[in-house]
Amino acid sequence: MNDRPNRPTLAAAIRAVTGDAPVIEGRVKFEIAPLVENGNAVPVKIEVDSLMTAEAHVRRITMITEKNPQPDVAVFHLGPRAGRAQVSTRIRLATSQVVVALAELSDGSFAISRANVVVTIAACIEDLSRA
Amino acid sequence: MTRALVNVPKTAARGEIIEIRAMIQHPMETGYREGLNGERIPRHIIKRFVCKYAGEEIFSAELFPAIAANPFLAFTTIATESGTLTFEWTDDRGETQTASAEITVT
Repeated sequence: MNDRPNRPTLAAAIRAVTGDAPVIEGRVKFEIAPLVENGNAVPVKIEVDSLMTAEAHVRRITMITEKNPQPDVAVFHLGPRAGRAQVSTRIRLATSQVVVALAELSDGSFAISRANVVVTIAACIEDLSRA
Repeated sequence: MTRALVNVPKTAARGEIIEIRAMIQHPMETGYREGLNGERIPRHIIKRFVCKYAGEEIFSAELFPAIAANPFLAFTTIATESGTLTFEWTDDRGETQTASAEITVT
């Protein structure tokens, strides 16, 4: 599952999102369990410290993985009408790895948060379609 | 297509931040798995989700195979007016599924 030579590195995947824009650490609260039993449905919650006003808000939240077959997980588009920059979903993790949340702010800069997750039963490996 | 579930508060005060939850039944087949015959199972995922409030887009998402089966999304919006929230999911085959919910804002 992780033997895909064409998969970009995590650094390249981050750069593909941010380009040359400034990236700061912090401001993004990334809730994901550090140890998960089942990589097929891992709850995640991302919250960005932002007042979500018309002048200063989060435009986009991107989630990427270090070792899944492809880095992209999801891109969420939000705006001042959200009131809070907060998104939850459930993701698949093919193996233990780093997961990254990137928030694009309305001034074009990015805030980043990384989470290290240990997975004991990976997604994709076994046929769980009937589970 | 399949079953969609949305959760929106029935009533809210104007200006209140409300949480919206949406889930749809879908295999989210990654395209990375092989079936019993050793052939790759074709990718079949929900790739786009849009939520509109009184006709205006308030949240959207592009999803990839790393989103778990039966995709679940939760997000927030400011209750601005009474009206309808509509939800639309689109998958790789171009099939769309919609759902809606009413909210009364006082």
